[in-house]
Amino acid sequence: MRAPLSQIAHARSGDKGDTVNIGVIAYQPEDYAVLLREVTPERVKAHFGNLVMGEVIRYELPNLGALNFLLHEALGGGGTLSLRIDAQGKTFGAALLRMEIEVGR
Amino acid sequence: MIRIANGQGFWGDWLEAPVRLVEQGPIDYLALDYLAEITMSIVQKQKQADPNLGYARDFPPLIQRIANRIRDRGVKVVANAGGVNPIACAREVRRLAPHLKVAVVLGDDLFHRLGELLDKGRPLSNMETNEPLAAIRDRILSANAYIGAFPVAEALSTGADVVIAGRCTDTALTLAPMIHAFHWRPDQWNLLAAGTIAGHIIECGAQCTGGNCQVDWQSIPDMANIGYPIVEAEPDGSFVVTKHPGTGGRVTSDVVKEQLLYELGDPRNYITPDCVADFTTIHIADAGTDRVRIHGIQGGPRPPMLKVSISYSWGYKAIGTLVYSWPQALAKARAADRIVHERLSQLGLRFDEIYTEFFGVNACHGPAAPPSPDPPEVQVRMGVRGMDRKAVDRFTRELVPLVLNGPPTATGFGDGRPPVREVVAYWPALLPREEVTTSVEVVE
Repeated sequence: MRAPLSQIAHARSGDKGDTVNIGVIAYQPEDYAVLLREVTPERVKAHFGNLVMGEVIRYELPNLGALNFLLHEALGGGGTLSLRIDAQGKTFGAALLRMEIEVGR
Repeated sequence: MIRIANGQGFWGDWLEAPVRLVEQGPIDYLALDYLAEITMSIVQKQKQADPNLGYARDFPPLIQRIANRIRDRGVKVVANAGGVNPIACAREVRRLAPHLKVAVVLGDDLFHRLGELLDKGRPLSNMETNEPLAAIRDRILSANAYIGAFPVAEALSTGADVVIAGRCTDTALTLAPMIHAFHWRPDQWNLLAAGTIAGHIIECGAQCTGGNCQVDWQSIPDMANIGYPIVEAEPDGSFVVTKHPGTGGRVTSDVVKEQLLYELGDPRNYITPDCVADFTTIHIADAGTDRVRIHGIQGGPRPPMLKVSISYSWGYKAIGTLVYSWPQALAKARAADRIVHERLSQLGLRFDEIYTEFFGVNACHGPAAPPSPDPPEVQVRMGVRGMDRKAVDRFTRELVPLVLNGPPTATGFGDGRPPVREVVAYWPALLPREEVTTSVEVVE
């Protein structure tokens, strides 16, 4: 069954310079495997389109049932240089939760 | 066990939070984090204008408000409120609260040592671009090494009621009381990593007690009176994250997990001046109402280099907005954007970047947001950035005329033309730690 990522996970995002990080956390430990399978760096990069110009890297935290994504060149220069309203990437986590995935385990 | 609370996640956080933390229940240490990367350049400018300034000016009046309470209860305050002038900050605290003992941590400020360091062959190259610092030498506004928790713990050992640091790490404010109280040594990596991660959890204040939390946010109780976080730390490195009973907010493992991942890079290599913490070793579990227990954390040795935070003057930017109402609000906003682009081009103005986003359509989520067919209103938000102040200033005059000479139904121009802002950019660099010598001074 396909559904938005928000059905099985929550997220928080923040910035480091021109890089956004998004932590994605499974509500249920059993869904961590679904995150691993469905939320790949390639799909995350495609989801954000021209908002993310650089590479997307994924780190795994099985102990928290979570993934951490780094989205490079994602904030229009970052910090004080950025002309964007969300210059700190605060809303990227919510944006990722819109992504449609196959939620079956 | 010691209780370490965080009452300030950044300079500008809720003024009542630290007061309530000392009034609403027991704590032993109150950590207050004032410094973001950009803050150092702001305080450096204030110091240049007045040699008695250059620190977080909210801090001394706060200490005045809580002075009697922390004295009566034996609460120690640990803050990086010193900015680039911790001595002046300490003197102002002493003036407002003469019965408190104040210690400052010195040695992080490298602004006046840059020439010496460059002459010695320390390039202080940009960690991201590898450019040498010489490229921006004449535009530097501030330069500070991130120092760790041991100098801050040394300041606590003077018996001071208030410890004021400059650019120490945010996590050091939480780790230092543990080092001081539990006599942890510099080679006890696992313990230092545990204290560092405790600091990471509470350094953003209420972000680990229900603030900015996506998990069932509408059911989080009494956000108006949200409780700020408290770490109950044990000598073995385990700890509980909690808040005072009766306060608003929520502390569950889901909430704390969100904050664990906040502004995280490689989870196995969370690098601080004190240790390298491994977030994949964290064991986390709910342990009663508004209590989350964490244990099992492992870490590795401290790095040979310290991070240096340098700020420099980059140029200028301005961002202006106009609102268009239904019907065809988005089409009108896009037309306004095209018109301004054309007029700027006719003026021959050059910018490093012109960026436009459409508020209510795609400003936050970009292409991830589904199209909205005919929204009731759309705000066009247009910004420019460039080295030439005159060009940026000319741009600020190009938005408001659209109210009369552009597409219909423009409003929301009440503040007139937007201000030109100086852009202070950030230059991260590395320096061998032996180049940085810290010291502690008690201000009488």
